[in-house]
Amino acid sequence: MTDAITRAYRAEWARVVAALTRRFGDLDIAEEAAAEAFATAVERWPADGVPPNPGGWLTITATRRAIDRLRRESRRDDKQKEAQLMYAVEPPDETGVVDDERLRLIFTCCHPALAPETRVALTLRMVGGLTVSEIARAFLVQETAMGQRITRAKAKIKTARIPYRVPAAADLPARVSGVLSVLFLVFNEGYLATGPDTDPIRHDLTAEAIRLTRLIRALLPADGEVAGLLALMLMTEARGTARVTAGGELVPLGEQDRGAWDRALIAEGHRLVRERLAAGVAPGRYQILAAINAVHTSAPDVGATDWSQVVALYDQLVRLDPSPIVALNRAVAVAELDGPEVALAIIDRLTERLAGYHAFHATRAEFLRRLGRVQHSRAAYDKAIELAGNTAETTYLTRRRDQLAA
Amino acid sequence: MQYLVSVITDHPGLATPAEQAAIDEFNDRLVADGHWVFAGGLGGPDTATTLDNRGAEPLLTDGPFVESKEFIIGFWIIEAADLDVALRLAADGSRACNRKVEVRPFL
Repeated sequence: MTDAITRAYRAEWARVVAALTRRFGDLDIAEEAAAEAFATAVERWPADGVPPNPGGWLTITATRRAIDRLRRESRRDDKQKEAQLMYAVEPPDETGVVDDERLRLIFTCCHPALAPETRVALTLRMVGGLTVSEIARAFLVQETAMGQRITRAKAKIKTARIPYRVPAAADLPARVSGVLSVLFLVFNEGYLATGPDTDPIRHDLTAEAIRLTRLIRALLPADGEVAGLLALMLMTEARGTARVTAGGELVPLGEQDRGAWDRALIAEGHRLVRERLAAGVAPGRYQILAAINAVHTSAPDVGATDWSQVVALYDQLVRLDPSPIVALNRAVAVAELDGPEVALAIIDRLTERLAGYHAFHATRAEFLRRLGRVQHSRAAYDKAIELAGNTAETTYLTRRRDQLAA
Repeated sequence: MQYLVSVITDHPGLATPAEQAAIDEFNDRLVADGHWVFAGGLGGPDTATTLDNRGAEPLLTDGPFVESKEFIIGFWIIEAADLDVALRLAADGSRACNRKVEVRPFL
């Protein structure tokens, strides 16, 4: 039963919130009523059985809750709520290009009038269905602060009337790039979930990010970055099962059982990368990351990886995105091509900017281990373990550290 | 739905003739497209008087309620269906008056 409710939650949450937002024009009412409907399911389904159409049941239950709330409030504050009920019965807006309620929801949550960190938080709550506490943990902020951030955003959407629709064709390209960065963050949170009580991989989040990216690709089939991000997600998702052992330990790329990779997803990713290469347009960030993944997933074993190609692609990426994290990832490829000593010298220059990032210390520990500098390596592993939030990663790093010669 | 579009500046000078011409043209378009409600230019912060009459008698202070490097020097009140429309108009307004603007909804 718990399984049925969990499944319904993952499959239906965004749909219920989106349907209610459309109907009532208010994210706060939609979110609260959706949460109440799921709470009612937890009470009723074990006794009554799972309804034949769980999504329909949840939407109807949530709609009743929302109407109850509006009636309650309209007795308290007639004028304002009357206006809200009128807004609720406005006919559907048909200017959108693709008719998917969740797509409207995501464009609203990713509106440029909201701060970037707010867009991600709101998307994870409204579309991804994460709890405020899960989002707070993912962002390493206090739960109350995250709750306030989301509440403020909902109030701004309502008061300033941020529209609930897919933008007009002229505004789409600019709005889509904002949505892509949010979807990439949602995917990454699913792929390397934070928190001690969380599954190391949240397939519900990665699947939702992929599904939404597919929808956006249907909307903008000629957009290279949309294709690039979809390819990147598919080739990453393909490695998901090989990436964590049965015991819950992270397996790095080089040690993964490549036979366990999902060949269909990889083939689809490769097709998208080839399509972008054929387009002959200078690639953006996601297309370059997808190309790097295509190189990795083309190699039958790690020894066959074309590292010079990977480094060349990272060089291209560094020119677009001079962030220290890109430089760190590039150094991992440099270590394979030119050896750990060269790579260590590169990442040591990033110390100041990446001191709080677990992957920096994990990468450093690995280079130091290869160079035989055991004491320094152990200290770097300690630091990485202290900072890592993902359970599978912590397990892996702990084992690597404990394998160091005394 | 109405929005206040405040014009932000850090120098109290008037609009240049080129800026004024662009503002006039923008205003004409607001009127023609049904977005116009009201607009006006303001004197600088030096001309402001702050008043508080919550106590026994009005307390007057020479100057704005908050001293800051940037201040409001004019505004539009526009009619727009939603924030997307308001932001698009505000972008044209900012271009026309050659200054930063802030958009806020009326309740």
